[in-house]
Amino acid sequence: MNKVGRFGEFGGQYVPETVMNAVHELEEAYDKYKDDPDFKAELTDLYVNYANRPSMLYFAKHMTEDLGGAKVYIKREDLNHTGAHKINNVLGQILLAKRMSKKRIIAETGAGQHGVATATVCALMGLECCVYMGEEDTKRQSLNVYRMELLGAKVVPVSSGTSTLKDAINEAMRDWCTNIENTFYCIGSVMGPHPYPEMVRDFQKIIGEEIKSQMLEREGKLPDCVVACVGGGSNAMGAFYDFIPDKSVRLVGAEAAGRGINTADTAATLSCGSVGIFHGMKSIFLQDKFGQIAPVYSISAGLDYPGIGPEHANLWKTGRADYVAVTDEEAVSAFEYLSRTEGIIPAIESAHAVAAAMKIAPEMGKDQTIVINLSGRGDKDVYSVARYRGHNIENS
Amino acid sequence: MNRIDKCFEELKAAGKKALVTFITAGDPDMDTTVKTALEMFDKGADIIELGVPFSDPIAEGVTIQKSSLRSLKGGTTLDKIFGAVDDIRAKTDKPLILMMYLNTIFVYGTERFFSLCREKGVDGVIVPDMPYEEREEILPYAQKYGVHNINLVSPASHDRIKRIAADSDGFLYCVSSNGVTGVRSEFRTDFDEFFGLVRENAKCPCCVGFGISSPEQAKKMSAYCDGVIVGSAIVRIMEANGVNSPKPVGEFVKSLKDAME
Repeated sequence: MNKVGRFGEFGGQYVPETVMNAVHELEEAYDKYKDDPDFKAELTDLYVNYANRPSMLYFAKHMTEDLGGAKVYIKREDLNHTGAHKINNVLGQILLAKRMSKKRIIAETGAGQHGVATATVCALMGLECCVYMGEEDTKRQSLNVYRMELLGAKVVPVSSGTSTLKDAINEAMRDWCTNIENTFYCIGSVMGPHPYPEMVRDFQKIIGEEIKSQMLEREGKLPDCVVACVGGGSNAMGAFYDFIPDKSVRLVGAEAAGRGINTADTAATLSCGSVGIFHGMKSIFLQDKFGQIAPVYSISAGLDYPGIGPEHANLWKTGRADYVAVTDEEAVSAFEYLSRTEGIIPAIESAHAVAAAMKIAPEMGKDQTIVINLSGRGDKDVYSVARYRGHNIENS
Repeated sequence: MNRIDKCFEELKAAGKKALVTFITAGDPDMDTTVKTALEMFDKGADIIELGVPFSDPIAEGVTIQKSSLRSLKGGTTLDKIFGAVDDIRAKTDKPLILMMYLNTIFVYGTERFFSLCREKGVDGVIVPDMPYEEREEILPYAQKYGVHNINLVSPASHDRIKRIAADSDGFLYCVSSNGVTGVRSEFRTDFDEFFGLVRENAKCPCCVGFGISSPEQAKKMSAYCDGVIVGSAIVRIMEANGVNSPKPVGEFVKSLKDAME
């Protein structure tokens, strides 16, 4: 077994031969620049002066009182430029692409947050940008499609397969195979072939590092629990990574159960999936007994993916992190709850983490703390939540 | 001796090039797959690749994507494809290859899959999403059951060609140009350079595929190597003709073979 880029049995580099040299080039470039002082200084400058880092750690007083258990803190990744954690990773990858002299950037997007972040940084750096997005998602997230176009990106709706995130990734990979000599594939999550899962995690791990120092400053101790939503898993990996050696910190990932893990309409990979090899990695996938990837469903376009990053698969298998499934109904209720109790409208993806925390916090002691990684803001989801609740606000 | 090796020996002795043809198993149904495969052998195909449909074929262009979807909608499974292999094997001893994505082998059970390949008479596999570095995923089982793992190289492989070409079984699958499967009106690859590097290092026959769709292209490309692979152009004929495909596909295969003579 090839040991490159493995997390336990998971990970690897399962991609067509045509892109192998590009994957190796990326690996070499990343190894060369990740500790390079100039690269780090440029990235830090962009984090601080462009993306608005460090993001705040907010004590949710009303939620804490209402839930009656652990003190609830919210990590405000939603306040980053472009409204989600995705910008952390994109800034890193695009700086790398520039050093590799790549002129054309492609990306996939589900909810549109990664696409918007990629389009934003390409506008900033003067690079050509092409974003693949499932046709179904272009309808659910039309606001983000328009934002990407405003930023100068070309958005390509993908109508193959289930017309969602996995199909957008398929199409981005086909583009990469075709335009391999000049194109950089900016993957949005901790997935795909090595080095992506490791590299994207490294660009996101600043979230957990900030949580740690902010908690030490505020509470004088580590948090007892960190909760984050998981699709591919980049915001969760970013929030978890710095805490992995701190065994006292419970790590909880919230995956999307859709209409329930006992129905076919789910995206809860770890609750319902099995080991497979797809999209460049060995990991856990929702699939049938012949290895055909299953159609998945969640109200959240960003969690609507039939797999999970390989490092999460390993954290799950080794028991270092727990993963719980949150239904559409629970997520929508949490979306409304956070809006009303704290005046913060979360992304529907992040609302899955809020819902999980609403179950965990009451069972914890008042002297304990729980941190919710609020990965994105919810403006983009207002239409779909309204629709879920039976309101038609689009024509009003 | 593996049927693929035997086939190339005989072709070499006769001074001929191999015609390798591809159809998606189960498109439009398994009965048509068997009839079309036998017709292709009858009209000059030397080796046939049966595509095992996958839900997410990332290395395929639109033609084979759509064909895979039609096949899956018709209820195709690996077990049913092995059934079709039985039916083809009852009539011919020519080489058969399965072209399939790694997950369909892995989830089926790698050893179980390769032992069935031997039992049913599948001579090789082509796995487009498994690069050389990850070959250990299947190679021990492929070798144990005498099934060739056909490696791929593409123009973007550059310096990797040396290593991969020197360590291949059956034949080396040379991808004509970067990209996915499908018909191409022109090729931008420098073939003299690409095949020069391939020929210099390969210890087995080399065949070229991706984008070859006409007798003229087949003739031109066969000059560079030991055989040509034609897929999407045949799948397009099947898309247009459905269950009536055997005859028009056979005629097309004959036109390819005639051009290569």
